Amino acid sequence: MSETILEIKDLSAGIEGEEILHHINLQVGRGEIHVLMGHNGAGKSTLGNVIMGSPVYQMTGGQILFEGEDITQLSVDARAKKGIFLSFQNPLEVPGLSMEAFLRNAIREKTGKPVKIFQFKKRMEEVLKLLDMDASYVDRDLNVGFSGGEKKKAEIFQLLMLEPKLAILDETDSGLDVDAVRTVSKGIDIFCQNGGTLLIITHSTRILDALKVDHTHVLIDGKIVAEGDGSLVDEINQGGYAKYTK
Amino acid sequence: MAEMRRDNPIDISEDNNRELLNDVERGLYDFKDEERDEDFYKVDEGLTEEIVRQISAEKHDPDWMLDFRLKSLKIYHELGVPQWGPPIDGLDMARIVTYVKSKTEMKASWEELPDDIKNAFEKLGIPQAEREQLAGVGAQYDSELVYHNVRKDVEEQGVIYTDMESALTGQYADMVREHFMKLVPPTDHKFAALHGAVWSGGSFVYVPPGTKVEIPLQSYFRLNAPGAGQFEHTLIIVDEGSDVHFIEGCSAPKYNVANLHAGCVELFVGKNAHLRYSTIENWSKNMYNLNTKRAICEEGGTIEWISGSFGSHVSYLYPTSVLKGDHSHAEFTGITFAGKGQNLDTGAKMIHLGKNTSSFIDTKSICKSGGISTYRSSVEIRKQAEGAKASVNCGSLMLDSISRSDTVPAMDIRTDKADVGHEAKIGRISDEAVFYMMSRGISEAEARAMIVSGFANPVSKELPLEYAAEMNNLIKLEMEQG
Ligand SMILES: Nc1ncnc2c1ncn2[C@@H]1O[C@H](COP(=O)(O)OP(=O)(O)OP(=O)(O)O)[C@@H](O)[C@H]1O
Ligand SMILES: [Mg+2]
Repeated sequence: MSETILEIKDLSAGIEGEEILHHINLQVGRGEIHVLMGHNGAGKSTLGNVIMGSPVYQMTGGQILFEGEDITQLSVDARAKKGIFLSFQNPLEVPGLSMEAFLRNAIREKTGKPVKIFQFKKRMEEVLKLLDMDASYVDRDLNVGFSGGEKKKAEIFQLLMLEPKLAILDETDSGLDVDAVRTVSKGIDIFCQNGGTLLIITHSTRILDALKVDHTHVLIDGKIVAEGDGSLVDEINQGGYAKYTK
Repeated sequence: MAEMRRDNPIDISEDNNRELLNDVERGLYDFKDEERDEDFYKVDEGLTEEIVRQISAEKHDPDWMLDFRLKSLKIYHELGVPQWGPPIDGLDMARIVTYVKSKTEMKASWEELPDDIKNAFEKLGIPQAEREQLAGVGAQYDSELVYHNVRKDVEEQGVIYTDMESALTGQYADMVREHFMKLVPPTDHKFAALHGAVWSGGSFVYVPPGTKVEIPLQSYFRLNAPGAGQFEHTLIIVDEGSDVHFIEGCSAPKYNVANLHAGCVELFVGKNAHLRYSTIENWSKNMYNLNTKRAICEEGGTIEWISGSFGSHVSYLYPTSVLKGDHSHAEFTGITFAGKGQNLDTGAKMIHLGKNTSSFIDTKSICKSGGISTYRSSVEIRKQAEGAKASVNCGSLMLDSISRSDTVPAMDIRTDKADVGHEAKIGRISDEAVFYMMSRGISEAEARAMIVSGFANPVSKELPLEYAAEMNNLIKLEMEQG
């Protein structure tokens, strides 16, 4: 196994008065592709949100290490600056703020340097083209009026623009048509080729077809109940979760 | 108040629409004020005829203006303060006399300015040399100089752009006399009367028929000349088929020892003419801003208001559009930001008189740290205004739970041949959205500021770039303040 980029040690978390995740242990090596599967309501999104530092959830135990550093106490933006990215299951809308302005601000805050407009615009064009997205997306208000699929594509667009080290994709493939799945896969593939690490939360294999999955984690009722390589994904898709819920 | 207006001492209009207009004027300002005179604050006799005569003499008024001032003074003493909006009892009416008496008494020094104002100047990045000027504590600004440059560019087109004092005696003196305080008569309300008595400073613009003025006329500096930002009068007349954009104001906070602002804006939009009137105001936080702005549109004319209201302790501000001519059109796009200790009562009024007239109101208000923001609007569609269309859209954003936001939209529709729409939304910043933005590396404060700027975007995008940037800076500044 390559050098560990993300390590979750005995993590328990939940919302007030209710624990959702119980004693989670998980390790992700740099450059690897991990898949997190589990039934609806198992706690997958919760885990993704907790890694990102969402204030909605409280950690009641354990640690999150990123590149060997304990980030458990860090703010959300500090985690993002370290190189963690979360593609949201339900991306939020921000009226009056264009995607372009949003990204420019994000890059500026992340790098601490003013953004070189020309380079930035050129990069946007390249990525838009790659994702088969109309140039007008970046002028539109962030996610406002985007269709479900467009929102997901826009998340991948942001991913490629921000170039994090670790991306958690929370059902980025759901709601995409066949062509969109292909473009999103292409985007993800490029992210990996550039050395990116992935933790993919998904219910389907479509997005994984073009990718080489290194490791699969199965989350049931807030607990990791099984681990395996890429073949576990197919197994679950055939057999479902019944085997684990006993 | 209405009682008194009926025997209007001032001739309002020679127009054959006089009946109509008089009718309109009644209650243009008071949205709901059924209180009777005995409830009103009885005014101190502090402001005397002698003082008004003195002001008039200093300004070398023509005779009619002196008469006008004296009549206004009489009305001022007769009227009570409005009783329906935010409380203004902190405004010491007995001290009105010192507000208007002597310019030198009103001037503070830079050192005396409150810290928040000084800090604002730092943060807005205004050089020291300009700060004193802008804050209203610098030396008397030579307004003639400022006008000169702008005027040169437009005078070839026959456009008149000058200060009100010069306009009174200039080539267009008769025109000024015909229009001055005809749209906002001194009988309108107490502060209009006060304005009529003691007004000083302001701009006069006349655009001759068939003239498209390409560059916006800006009065950035003048508003900040000492004293001029207090009772200034703006009179703009856009003749048939002409087009102009007038921008007034600036984001620099304006400080006055005397804390009353009772300006007046009168806009006359001729047949098929187009006027865009943009303002950003940022009053010091001790100011009572009781400004009256009104426009009247002839057939096919268009008035567009873009309005950003920042600062002040209390504001009453409801720019009014009278759609007199058939097919005339009005749009109002405004934003108000009420922070700590502020009670801002703002909105717009639309009065449809002509057939097939249309109006749009789109306002945003933001409140935080206990600030109170009330959106108050009124749309009146008169019986004869068949085919009128009106839409009202107001959104409020509350940045915390101790602030208050109210909406008081009134509609008075007298014909069933009208199409009226209304939408109001009150919201808060979503924690989810903040989390989402932070997950991209944006700090919490920046995320919140970006959401608020986004909320204000429908207004800022209507402003010229440099003003939009200033407004965004102002919003940031307000967000940072406790
Ligand atoms: N903010 C919240 N408030 C209340 N309950 C919550 C909250 N967030 C998560 N939960 C609960 O925690 C459990 C896990 O939810 P989570 O969204 O993590 O599931 P998931 O595995 O992502 O499911 P899905 O596959 O449907 O997206 C669910 O029972 C959910 O109702
Ligand atoms: Mg989920």
